[in-house]
Amino acid sequence: MATKTPEQINDDLLRPLSGISGRYALSAALLAGVAVAAFCAFFYQAYTGLGVSGLRWPVFWGFYITNFVFWIGLSHAGTLISAILRLSNATWRRPVTRCAEVITVFALSIGAMFPIIHLGRPWLAFWLFPYPSERRIWPNIHSPLLWDFFAINTYLIASVTFLLLPIIPDMALVRDRAAGLRKKIYRALALGWTGTPKQWHRLETAMHVMAIVVIPVAVSVHSIVSWDFAMAPVPMWHSTIFAPYFVCGAIFSGIAALLLAMALLRKFLHLEEYLLPIHFENLGKLLLVMSVLWFYFIFAERLTTWYGNSVGEMPVFWATQHGSYAPLFWTMMFCNFLIPVPILAIRKLRSITGTAIASFTIVIGMWLERFLIIVPSLSHKYLTYSWGTYRPTWVEITITAGTFSGLALLYMIFSKVVPIISIWELKVGLRQVPHSARIIVEPKEVGAD
Amino acid sequence: MAHRWGMVIDLDRCTGCEACVVACRAENNIATVGEEQAGLSRAKHWIRVERYYEGEFPDVKVKFQPVLCQQCDAAPCETVCPTFASYHTGEGLNGQIYNRCIGTRYCANACPYEVRFFNFFNPVWDKPLHLQLNPDVSVRTVGVMEKCTFCVQRIKAGEIQAEAEKRELKDGEIRPACVQSCPPEAMVFGDLNDAESRASRLANSRRRTKLLAELGTRPKVTYLQRDSWHGDENA
Repeated sequence: MATKTPEQINDDLLRPLSGISGRYALSAALLAGVAVAAFCAFFYQAYTGLGVSGLRWPVFWGFYITNFVFWIGLSHAGTLISAILRLSNATWRRPVTRCAEVITVFALSIGAMFPIIHLGRPWLAFWLFPYPSERRIWPNIHSPLLWDFFAINTYLIASVTFLLLPIIPDMALVRDRAAGLRKKIYRALALGWTGTPKQWHRLETAMHVMAIVVIPVAVSVHSIVSWDFAMAPVPMWHSTIFAPYFVCGAIFSGIAALLLAMALLRKFLHLEEYLLPIHFENLGKLLLVMSVLWFYFIFAERLTTWYGNSVGEMPVFWATQHGSYAPLFWTMMFCNFLIPVPILAIRKLRSITGTAIASFTIVIGMWLERFLIIVPSLSHKYLTYSWGTYRPTWVEITITAGTFSGLALLYMIFSKVVPIISIWELKVGLRQVPHSARIIVEPKEVGAD
Repeated sequence: MAHRWGMVIDLDRCTGCEACVVACRAENNIATVGEEQAGLSRAKHWIRVERYYEGEFPDVKVKFQPVLCQQCDAAPCETVCPTFASYHTGEGLNGQIYNRCIGTRYCANACPYEVRFFNFFNPVWDKPLHLQLNPDVSVRTVGVMEKCTFCVQRIKAGEIQAEAEKRELKDGEIRPACVQSCPPEAMVFGDLNDAESRASRLANSRRRTKLLAELGTRPKVTYLQRDSWHGDENA
């Protein structure tokens, strides 16, 4: 049982901000290498044409849209969970919220790149902006892609604000302990924070408002992403269950990503005394609930389709159940349900390693889920003559790998610039008797140092 | 009253000769994509002849079905396009403005007939085919969707000609390339707002069907066929 004073918290959590180890530099270089390769692949594709991808008639959407939905889904980790935990005043949340909010901002930024990456003419992506142009034409508000544009931008602005607000006092803390150029940078980032009661009051109010605002925004974003599919008369896309099903899947994959990130941070930044087993335990329980909920949704979807026996939908249904997509489908079922549920349900297995393993399989399973929603439907539409297939090329695989390493890299850089655990919130927590988070301290000093 | 262009295709007449496919390619500057790309199913056929087989060998029947853009009245491709590249023209055609297209390919996913094609690369014409490009039809660049236009260039030319001569368009005066080239005259094109046009009359035939009518797309292409492909030859 750790006993922490505010000074110790400062020292522990500010340590990652000073200095770069050789291991850090090496992994950052590796990740950056993959990300650069992805950029090159994208420019090659933009220069030559989308033909260098594996897309073809009739499967016009493949890896890119899979990644789009996957990353937008993953972005529901943070903001949503952190907002719910804040509003429900879950005291154990304090060390977790910022890691979660960062995932949101980065996953969302990466996800939002895919609608541009996948365009036939990506240099014209700005035509989605509603601006008075010489073309004298507005974007088509009937198109779900335009809803996407607005939803994602709203969510991005909201989640960036939600992330940055509670960072301000911590920036001030770093500023006060820094010198030279570093001090100048953090002074700018601290936005003139001095820790007056008025500032605290405004910060708390703003955070409370944002926590409320961000929840409906997050739900709407993934509903709208699901409507990209549900609004088209494509077999097994055109479904009323899609919006809640996608939101559920998004939160599911989001919690998994958060747990995975927490396990890695704990190990590499030596946060063993801050990210405690209780955090993995509690989030693991939440993950278990989401896994069961996800299974409920896919079960309801599949059973209804099977009994409906519609001519258009059955070929897609059978292609995934025991046709060419069945290996992927059953891998998904193992990754999303059969493996994680026992791990998360049995208390002994719900350890830090256990939840990390479950989260890892879930992240894979949820990527497969998005792929299995998109590709089998497109390759089995109504006219049997038009049935086709899809196989990704190295371009798509490189770009996909690049986004994963891009997220990891951004996360690594962020954890070097900003304390990945909210220092002032931890200290505020010291005032209250922290039952669940067992960091016992003598309260001495509270606030931004 | 505005024209409402439609087509009738008599499947009982179609021999599957694919003259329409060739004519369409020549008329509309559709580039070939080469063997390798065609093998990846990236060939562009604004009209194609689908073949369906019935029965067991040797007692096999082949049925041909030319499929082109159905010019739906409630077209799924139009609502989903974020840039109005797919839009509904005043004469009820499903227009495709290549210059507006940014290549989301959403329209192609939404289209249940799979009659929309994407330019995966910039088009090239093998010599001497580059000399036969139709000056009335724009060529499409990489990254945009294209599809059957009902030979809108011929429709416009016919309308302008009639207006210049201060007369009404005659039924059958405008014929898209596929209709013009069909040896058994299985395809008829005309104004569905003119109850007396041949296309209108045929579209009311007892043999009429619409492709995937159950999806509610309200296509303006009507197929004629005996009630059942299994039916009595003399029925």
